[in-house]
Amino acid sequence: MRLKLVPSDTSLDFFRLSKLTLGASALAMIASVVLFFMMDLNYGIDFRGGTTIRTDAQNPVDIVAYRAALQPLGLGDVSITQVIDPAAQLTGAVSNVSQIRIEAQAGAEAATIDTIKSVKNALIEVDPTMSFPQIDSVGPKVSGELIQTAVIAVILAIAAVLFYIWLRFEWQFSVGAVAALVHDIVLTIGIFSVLQIKFDLAIIAALLTIVGYSLNDTVVVFDRVRENLRKYKTKPLKDVLNMSINETLSRTVMTSLTTLIALISLFMLGGDVIHGFVFAMIWGVVVGTYSSVFVASAILLRLGVKRDWDKVNDGRAGTQFADIDA
Amino acid sequence: MLQFSKTKKLLIWSVCAIGILMAIPNMFYTTVEQSNDAEAVLETGVPVTPELTALSEQWPSWMPSALVNLGLDLRGGAHLLAEVQVGDVYAERIDSYWPEVRDALRSERETVGTIRRQDGNDLELRVRISKPVAMEAAVAKVRTLASPVASLSNVGAHDIDVSSDGEDIVIRLSEAERLATDQRTMAQSLEIIRRRVDEAGTREPTILRQGDRRVLIQVPGIGSAEELKELIGKTAKLTFHPVLGRTSDPEVRLQSRQILLPDVEDKSVFFILEKTATITGDHLVDAQPSFDQNNRPAISFRLNPTGGRLFGEYTANNIGQAFAIVLDGEVLSAPTIQSHIPGGSGIITGQFDVAGTTKLAIQLRAGALPAKVTYLEERTIGPELGQDSIDAGALACLVAFAAVLIFMVLSYGLFGVFANTALIINVGLIFGLLSMIGATLTLPGIAGIVLTIGMAVDANVLVFERIREELKGGKNPVRAIELGYERAFSAIIDANITTLIAAVILFVMGSGPVRGFAITLGLGIVTSVFTAIWVTRLLISIYMGRRRPKEIEV
Repeated sequence: MRLKLVPSDTSLDFFRLSKLTLGASALAMIASVVLFFMMDLNYGIDFRGGTTIRTDAQNPVDIVAYRAALQPLGLGDVSITQVIDPAAQLTGAVSNVSQIRIEAQAGAEAATIDTIKSVKNALIEVDPTMSFPQIDSVGPKVSGELIQTAVIAVILAIAAVLFYIWLRFEWQFSVGAVAALVHDIVLTIGIFSVLQIKFDLAIIAALLTIVGYSLNDTVVVFDRVRENLRKYKTKPLKDVLNMSINETLSRTVMTSLTTLIALISLFMLGGDVIHGFVFAMIWGVVVGTYSSVFVASAILLRLGVKRDWDKVNDGRAGTQFADIDA
Repeated sequence: MLQFSKTKKLLIWSVCAIGILMAIPNMFYTTVEQSNDAEAVLETGVPVTPELTALSEQWPSWMPSALVNLGLDLRGGAHLLAEVQVGDVYAERIDSYWPEVRDALRSERETVGTIRRQDGNDLELRVRISKPVAMEAAVAKVRTLASPVASLSNVGAHDIDVSSDGEDIVIRLSEAERLATDQRTMAQSLEIIRRRVDEAGTREPTILRQGDRRVLIQVPGIGSAEELKELIGKTAKLTFHPVLGRTSDPEVRLQSRQILLPDVEDKSVFFILEKTATITGDHLVDAQPSFDQNNRPAISFRLNPTGGRLFGEYTANNIGQAFAIVLDGEVLSAPTIQSHIPGGSGIITGQFDVAGTTKLAIQLRAGALPAKVTYLEERTIGPELGQDSIDAGALACLVAFAAVLIFMVLSYGLFGVFANTALIINVGLIFGLLSMIGATLTLPGIAGIVLTIGMAVDANVLVFERIREELKGGKNPVRAIELGYERAFSAIIDANITTLIAAVILFVMGSGPVRGFAITLGLGIVTSVFTAIWVTRLLISIYMGRRRPKEIEV
């Protein structure tokens, strides 16, 4: 007996509620943008400069005592959070880890040796068992450049993809795919604003992976649309799209699930260091799967496509694979 | 489509076999690492000890021994991004021309009159002459001191610009010389940092120049970034000593006030030197590769006024004698004094080639960091945290792997087993490739592998779902499989190329851990397409060929 997540023959109408789903997506995007401007992202030191110190002790984390110890040092804005590791909670291991963040000190690039030493000494006085397994310090000069590079990377990725899909399909597909991408990225930034999860360089990597994954999903659906458009030249576009999504539905669900299984095990067991990163990817897989059907395809339906593929195909660059299944 | 030629089969199996063979050392990481380290030590020519041999034989030499490098976040260590304040050097450089300019103008006292150095801007040397009418002659005289800049981009440029401003001669560094100075400053800083870090004897430090004036320093295994900063900040000790003799006997009896130091290149040669240094590195202000009067590679150096006086006296009294240039207890070279050297600058000749003089010049200057270094970014990762990350990553990998394997078998039965075999080979190939290219595995890199495990099945899923459809359409099994592969191909290629685009952009734009992620993601895409298209299909082809089933269930 096989495990079948999706019945063999589905003929769901994915566009029956397309006004609703597109509206919901638009609303979610607007909400994300508003939230982003209201709450801002919880930028990590990669983007804002400053110092983070990870502490590990045998006694439970005492944020109030830590704060009191650091107060006299006059380091400006200091934030202290306890690090929660789900893996440790599962196994019942004792984890007394905290993360201390100090803002960039005026006039200095990275934190000076003295600053870090004084922080360490002050904390060891509170808890002599404390060790400092990780210290990161980034100067404001570098952090500015990091933001710039990150933004350029994301824009480049989107542009490259826009171009590739235009080459392999048609511009309407390109617009649909990129709309889905922007949707995914905006929603990811939105969720990071709401939950105030630390937004650092690794999250940019996650964002780009989301770009890749969401496209992967979109392209599989589009590929089937392209094939069916050729096969059923007179069928209304809406029916062709619905048929294509239904045909690929089983694959979409399978791949999303295997990827989610892998990511969730990483989220639960992979340690807290990559939590934000893995969270972004789980979120990305979910919204990416949703958007390839309800955003990319819905937009494609609204834009319409050229139906005389065979004529267009002649002599176009990048279509060498397109004839394989003809 | 389902038939494979013998060559193709052989090719596919060899790629898998080689990939997995290359991946195997990583399963015995510590053993292989100890063995590699021992072999590296043995290659340096130290005496063979039983312990070293035993360690090096821990891993058979006929097996591949390349390992995946572990990134700092996994191994623990320190990371620094330093910026060299190259501008610091200009003032010192221009100042060092003063004795020469003074001597040159003094020799023309008749025409230019008395000279006096003016205070002012650090970046220029301003000399007032008492007979301004002779300004042209004075400027011309100073211009003769200019020497060509040794750089590729500015052929024919000179190191100083000499101009007149009222009663003053103004000497500035030329643009070409500034650029050349920047290059030298960076090269020297890198060299000094490398020497300092190597001194600490840690494993595979990474010291890379980034952009015009930055240096990235990554040292695995060091306790903290503070330790690393202290290490880099330490100054080198450079001294000039009179040479009393040379010997190959390290046990030679020394008289009082003598020291025995080894040659830097040939460790069996020792120099007997006077213990008191004639000149110390503190006196040295510059050293550059140049050429002697016979156009042989040489090194010109410049001392500060005190050092210049000491050196002048010493060389005048010891023509024909050798003196040793000693750095950190090793004799860099022991040239013979050819003539009296006044003015605090001189030239070291010897058995040099151009590369040798460049290196030695850098090393001579390597006494102290030439310019101030500021730190833009610093990170410390404790070794325990790195080990925790490896453990957590490995556990997550295994669980993800097991879950995906079970899920695939439940969904596709026998074909799921084929896909799983391909998936296992896929992970082997990723590790094999990572080891072969010497890539660095970081924590996000592990995440990349886990993500690949999830996504690698995608290509297989695409094919299997397609085969199902074709079977449903009434095709016979062989035809359905053929069509499944054919028709899923364009989707597989398009889907993976888009992801690959993202991975490539990440690799180009990213740094450090992000780059590690891009590498595993990119390699994972390539290997997963390979295993899905060829390995799974080969397995299915073998199965179909042997069993010839009338019906298949996918």
